[in-house]
Amino acid sequence: MNNQNRNFFFNVDFLTIVLYLCLLAIGWFSIHAAVYNEDEALITLANNSGKQLIFIIVAIIVGAVILLLDSKFMFAFSPVFYGITIFLLILVLIVGRNVGGNQAWIPIGSFRLQPSEFAKWATSLLLARHLSVNNAKLTEFRTLLPTLAILGVPVILIIMQPDAGSALVFISLIFVLYREGLSPLYLVAGVMMVLLFILTLLYSKLYIILGLVFVLAILIYNYRRYRSLIATFVGGFILCLLFIFSVDFVYNNILKPHQKVRIELLLGLVKDPRGAGYNVNQSKIAIGSGGLWGKGYLQGTQTKFNFVPEQSTDFIFCTVGEEWGFAGSFVVVGLYLFLLMRIIHLAERQRSPFSRIYGYAVACIIFCHFFVNIAMTVGLMPVIGIPLPFVSYGGSSLLSFTILLFILIKLDSNRMGIV
Amino acid sequence: MNSFFKRRYIIQGIFILVALILLGKLYYIQVVDDSYKLSADNNVLRKLIIYPARGVILDRNHKILVQNEPVYDLMVIPGQVKEMDTLEFCKLIKIDKSDFDKAFKKAKNYSLYRASLFQKQLSALTYAAFQEKLFEFPGFYVQNRSVRFYPDSTSAQFLGYIGEVNEREIEKFDGFYSQGDYIGKTGIEKSYEELLRGQRGVRNIMVDVHNREQGSFFDGKYDTTAVSGEKLISSLDKKLQMYGEMLMQNKIGSVVAIEPATGEILASISSPGYNPNIMVGRQRGNNYMKLLKDPFKPMFIRPIQAEYPPGSIFKVINALVAQQFGLISSNTYYNCPGGYRYGRRGFMGCTHVHGTINLAQSIETSCNTYYGYTYARMIDQTGAKPVNAYKRWREAVMKFGIGATLDIDLPAERKGLIPTSDYYTKSFGNDKWTSAFNISLSIGQGELGITPLQMANVTAIIANRGFYYKPHLIKAIGDKQIIKEEYTKKNSAGVDTKYFDAVIEGMSRVVNVPNGTAYNARINDIEVCGKTGTVQNPHGENHSVFIAFAPRINPKIAIAVVVENAGYGSTWSAPIASLIIEKYLRDSISRPKYYTDRLVHANLLPGQKKLYVRPGVKPDTTKSNRILVQPATLPENKKSL
Repeated sequence: MNNQNRNFFFNVDFLTIVLYLCLLAIGWFSIHAAVYNEDEALITLANNSGKQLIFIIVAIIVGAVILLLDSKFMFAFSPVFYGITIFLLILVLIVGRNVGGNQAWIPIGSFRLQPSEFAKWATSLLLARHLSVNNAKLTEFRTLLPTLAILGVPVILIIMQPDAGSALVFISLIFVLYREGLSPLYLVAGVMMVLLFILTLLYSKLYIILGLVFVLAILIYNYRRYRSLIATFVGGFILCLLFIFSVDFVYNNILKPHQKVRIELLLGLVKDPRGAGYNVNQSKIAIGSGGLWGKGYLQGTQTKFNFVPEQSTDFIFCTVGEEWGFAGSFVVVGLYLFLLMRIIHLAERQRSPFSRIYGYAVACIIFCHFFVNIAMTVGLMPVIGIPLPFVSYGGSSLLSFTILLFILIKLDSNRMGIV
Repeated sequence: MNSFFKRRYIIQGIFILVALILLGKLYYIQVVDDSYKLSADNNVLRKLIIYPARGVILDRNHKILVQNEPVYDLMVIPGQVKEMDTLEFCKLIKIDKSDFDKAFKKAKNYSLYRASLFQKQLSALTYAAFQEKLFEFPGFYVQNRSVRFYPDSTSAQFLGYIGEVNEREIEKFDGFYSQGDYIGKTGIEKSYEELLRGQRGVRNIMVDVHNREQGSFFDGKYDTTAVSGEKLISSLDKKLQMYGEMLMQNKIGSVVAIEPATGEILASISSPGYNPNIMVGRQRGNNYMKLLKDPFKPMFIRPIQAEYPPGSIFKVINALVAQQFGLISSNTYYNCPGGYRYGRRGFMGCTHVHGTINLAQSIETSCNTYYGYTYARMIDQTGAKPVNAYKRWREAVMKFGIGATLDIDLPAERKGLIPTSDYYTKSFGNDKWTSAFNISLSIGQGELGITPLQMANVTAIIANRGFYYKPHLIKAIGDKQIIKEEYTKKNSAGVDTKYFDAVIEGMSRVVNVPNGTAYNARINDIEVCGKTGTVQNPHGENHSVFIAFAPRINPKIAIAVVVENAGYGSTWSAPIASLIIEKYLRDSISRPKYYTDRLVHANLLPGQKKLYVRPGVKPDTTKSNRILVQPATLPENKKSL
């Protein structure tokens, strides 16, 4: 059974591969619809759908190659991959091509390489390796500090591009740390930060502080017998106050004007359907006009006539929403949820912590992309330019997600062994 | 598996929760909220109005009076313009480089993706040369439009012109028109607007984000086609019309010729006129202002808007009405001692001492005295109170289609004036006035206003011996040649046929007897019946008036000619009428060339040197300018007319 020459597909999780192929197919048809032009040949390398077909073929070949590799290879080489991507992230800041304000691409021939896409899985691998060594304990600083370093270096480099969207994805890895023992207080703190940030922008600080005092009073009263908890509550309260007062500073000095506008639009503080709000407004119109069953394939007027910008890449979900309606949206969201559940299931059945941690990292990264992207197209999140995994147009993104997923599939196929 | 195994459920729970939130929002905007569908339609749907061709107007012989001519507007979509040979381009459309740069910049400022007008109205010739090279200049294309074109530049005031609608017209037609649409502003273009404009079509197209057309909506299921405007056939005879215009050049006045048997207007000339083609195209605004400022008022449609006292031609009406009242007959004789005495001190002079004459002779000689007596009989000697007798007289006269509009198919027709009895009662202070008070009405002077159209219509009534059809300019509408019903109805003038004999006999002598006042208007072998008039005019020289119909038996044409400030009726109006009659009946002129030349070359515009009147042309002897209407009993406020 442990024969090295056993079947190529031995123990491979076909369900995941089927889900993967389904999303690829939906992606390709959506891109085709977005660029469809009656005058052009059905498939041509001149447009995005033709190029995406090549990316898909390359991605599938790369996926197959990964299945041929030895699992130990991933573990052993994770520092090397990490090193290479960090190098590329530095390189892109020097020689990268600036597209739309982001210095995120390294031109290679006619294609462009986006190192931040590959940084996601390289970081995940090194993170998994770091946390899987014996006696790693996230409650202790000797483990937590290097963990933060592993995450922090690529995040800082990506922010320097600047590509806030890709950087945001790394924050989602907090779920991995949580699963591996990080105190839930960090999650609570994260949620509190987002909540307080929004509230501070919307309402006067005085009301928020009064509200916090009220919550603190109830908590202290309820847990009056647990001294240690009370200390935590008070500490948290003070942190919240500090955060509230830092929001203005962060908002005014760190965020860029276009980011501020996007947040203000989302919160309904400003309305500008022709200017900054154009993308989201048109995206909502396209999706909203789809109705229950959609307008039919290639019948979407909003996407076909380019009312939605970036519709092959970041706003690809508009095509799904317009042409396939709520039914299609439901299927796509369902497929992602199914895939995420499946990945967590795969992660949890691993005997090796390395594989499990890596699995969770994959789930978190895909989840983050999926959530932020769709939430953005329906106006639940500010405009953050990150692709929809496997669906959006783009070679770097497709390749990196394929590598990300297929390493997990490979690790999973080897779950009986110990890496 | 480690001790934190249970945390997977929390993570899975968060994932599921997030997915549900997304689905909730999707359900809301896709299924619950309908507003996005509307926004989507607004994004892509454009209704294009397709303008139909405006109806053409033909003359009675189906010759074109107005048609549509294609012009070629050069359009540009700056976003689609590629590198090109600008110099060649400029040479082709005959502009220089700086014009090109200016126009291109303007288009670019307007929109990169929408078409804007680059060069207005290329000529067909330029277009032909340019079209072959058009493919070399992507982003440029040519749009056909049509403008009105008048091949012979005739009948400007009657055909009218079209122009962009104004706010009032938009309101009046309740939203049928929108800003920038064209509408008939005057003349036939206005009165037949609803027939000429046709039916607009609508094309629903889809556009992309740059407003570029992307094909039809639902394969044109909701489109409608445009229907061209109706063809109108005018009663005008273009040849006659142009001949008349030529005769009337450099004169102020009108010619109206009617076919008595139908009421169809054969020619209608308002002089000075203008070239209708100047009211089309780019210079329209400037030309319009020029016409407005012209002291001779070329925009004034004299045949239907100018009101003149009719002068001696009015005697014909009085003769007919008095016979119908049974107050005179063809054998009634009055003695003319050279004038008519009335009231205590009143005297209305006559041109000659006519002696004792009968009705026909009174017309022939245009005797003022005869009509003084006749009028006095109608007002003072009927047994009724003069005020009431006047009312009856006024009613009878109005039956000739004067003092009220004739409802010609043109806008802005004036009704003229026959004062009411109340007017005189008011002027006089009480209702005890008699014929002496307004004796000038007997010879068509005084407070009377009659348009040349009404004069022509009266002539048609005489030619028809008692009835008329409403004069009209459009005799048939569309391919089915429909005629308006009101123009097929016979209108009676209220005078029996038998009473016309003496009057027509008199009118025949006016032209055909050497002593007649319009002997110079006679035509060999055609018996023309006419009556001259010389209308006193407080503003200057007398107006020269002549009415006539021919031939006497079975008349084919009835005509009225007014030449303002020209003097005697016989000097100018009668020969012009005579030529037009001959032109219409024979299509050739038998008179010597000098006869025509004198008329054509005469410049009778005010401020011109007095013209030499050829010897041999008998001056008008009616000379109504000599009559002395002594306003012994007239109050000063008469000037209010």
